[in-house]
Amino acid sequence: MERSSRDYALWTIAIALVVIFALIPVLWLISISLKPPEALTDQSFIPKSVSFDNYKSLFEGGIDGSPFIKPLINSIGIALITTAISIVLASFCAYAIARLEFPGKRVILAGALAIAMFPPISTVGPLFDMWRALGLYDTWLGLIIPYLTFSLPLAIYVLVAFFREIPWELEQAAQVDGATPFQAFTKVIVPLAAPGVFTAAILVFIFCWNDFLFAISLTSSDASRTVPAALAFFTGESSFTAPTGSIAAAAVVVTVPIIVFVLFFQRRIVAGLTAGAVKG
Amino acid sequence: MSEIVLEGVTKTFADGFEAVKGMDLDIQDGEFMILVGPSGCGKSTALRMIAGLEDISSGELKIGGETVNDRSPKDRDIAMVFQNYALYPHMTVRENMGFALKLAGADKEEINKKVEEAARTLDLEQHLDRRPANLSGGQRQRVAMGRAIVRDPKAFLMDEPLSNLDAKLRVQMRTEVARLQSKLETTTVYVTHDQTEAMTLGDRVAVMRAGVLQQVGTPAELYDNPRNLFVAGFIGSPAMNFMPGELSGGKLKLPIGEVDAGPLGIERDDGTIVAGLRPENFEDVEVIGDLKEERGIVFEAEIDLVESLGSDLYAYFHIESAGVQSDQLADLVEESLEETGAGASTSEGREQIVARLDPTSKVRRREHAQLWADTSKLHLFDPESGDNLRTK
Repeated sequence: MERSSRDYALWTIAIALVVIFALIPVLWLISISLKPPEALTDQSFIPKSVSFDNYKSLFEGGIDGSPFIKPLINSIGIALITTAISIVLASFCAYAIARLEFPGKRVILAGALAIAMFPPISTVGPLFDMWRALGLYDTWLGLIIPYLTFSLPLAIYVLVAFFREIPWELEQAAQVDGATPFQAFTKVIVPLAAPGVFTAAILVFIFCWNDFLFAISLTSSDASRTVPAALAFFTGESSFTAPTGSIAAAAVVVTVPIIVFVLFFQRRIVAGLTAGAVKG
Repeated sequence: MSEIVLEGVTKTFADGFEAVKGMDLDIQDGEFMILVGPSGCGKSTALRMIAGLEDISSGELKIGGETVNDRSPKDRDIAMVFQNYALYPHMTVRENMGFALKLAGADKEEINKKVEEAARTLDLEQHLDRRPANLSGGQRQRVAMGRAIVRDPKAFLMDEPLSNLDAKLRVQMRTEVARLQSKLETTTVYVTHDQTEAMTLGDRVAVMRAGVLQQVGTPAELYDNPRNLFVAGFIGSPAMNFMPGELSGGKLKLPIGEVDAGPLGIERDDGTIVAGLRPENFEDVEVIGDLKEERGIVFEAEIDLVESLGSDLYAYFHIESAGVQSDQLADLVEESLEETGAGASTSEGREQIVARLDPTSKVRRREHAQLWADTSKLHLFDPESGDNLRTK
């Protein structure tokens, strides 16, 4: 008992240290975003006066006038569409890999892994040329396609692991109960693999949300520029002021959806969902 | 009309292994048919072919008069109970049981009515809104049964449904399954490796070995007239005793004595055969007196071990013999090794015999006793083919 409470204390301290280490930059960012421009360099961690001007400036001027609203819509749209397509395709693919024996199964898995490891920077140049030739440059689709390429392998790997855990008998039971293979998949397998599906969805969403490389290279206007790229084009109030405050405010704003997304799905990532399916 | 007919049904796996070889079986409407055999004999594969979960390599399968070889499981109108129950963990008991009806497009009211009716039959009413994870093993088993019966299918297929329960619950559920089946009168195919389950549950029992159907018959037929050595050794507990026998000049010479071969009604040239005698066909001479000596052998044996169960008394003794050689028996020995982990009953030059004696018998361990063997009940087999030689 003594031992475990001491362990508990040590663990608490260790975790607190890690959390503080990770959160200080975030707090710093929030602090900067709340400072008025003249107080930016006052070197105080806690702002002496709190102002929401930086946030206001982000949304000033409505959709057309604001440098932030359009990119935010682009980010949300592109990330959600990519996540949806990626999860649907990956779950079909992962299901086949987990359940069926077919020639080329290993090749597909190895290929997926190879793509996931491929350095994105080496694809940017060719993509730039190809997209311009095809008319995909500076469109949503032009970003969704490369995002799918790099997020699918990740999603497939996560889902294969989860599908393998599900007892095959459940699917057979569903088939005997009168389900078509597709019904068995959607009504029995997918609900049971939900923790895996949501894990994969979060990973894919964050990957798209965070991407800077493709976003900066394959876009040229607010038609498809996402937030990470748009931040680089922020301007200050005059040509002599750095846009530090508004960049910080924008960074805080784009962090919020991720936190919401993770918290929302975290509730669904419940381990042991398959408990009780089969005996033993 | 929902009889199930298998005609020459064969299953060959991709690696060339033949799990089921040319199986012919005629399961009548409303019949409780048991497929029994040691593990790996193809009984589960046969069941899964009936369910449609395995393709049929060749042969024909008919359910209710229609050939269903190429129909998917959902179009066969059968219900299956899996060994591990395969309950849907994300659904409540009610949803589990109603799943098939929901897929079939039944309306909510009807689903509820049928589910509640089945729950009443299975004593699950108070658990309807719980999830499988919160149920005990016996309750899960009942939910699996419930999922099958709500649909009122053409046939129930059960794949060792009781093998995951503890011994006491198993006996209890066994009677429940039998009661349920006789009440519903639905054609049932039940797979088990437990010969006790097979004998107690089935209208008829089909014994399989290495993918080949050995014998189909009522439990009594299998017990009294096993077609071959394998069936003889598999059915019955404790198992039938086997000893080598020598036929010469109208006499059958056994390690325990000699009998006149005439009344046994065998048509065979002189030579070696395998003789089998069930434990209950032995008796303590002191208990029965000399009344039946004309149709039996009296012999003396040194008793190794006595097990008294109150209602019965099992006496174990050895006979000197060269042992019985047969592939079919070797299979059985392997099975009993897997099941119990105990050594084989045969050791070099000595054959262990079990006799079931009257509980009033006074036989003692390490003492010699006079035993009587009812030779009219002898089973005689060809050592090569294993076939029963007695023409009944």
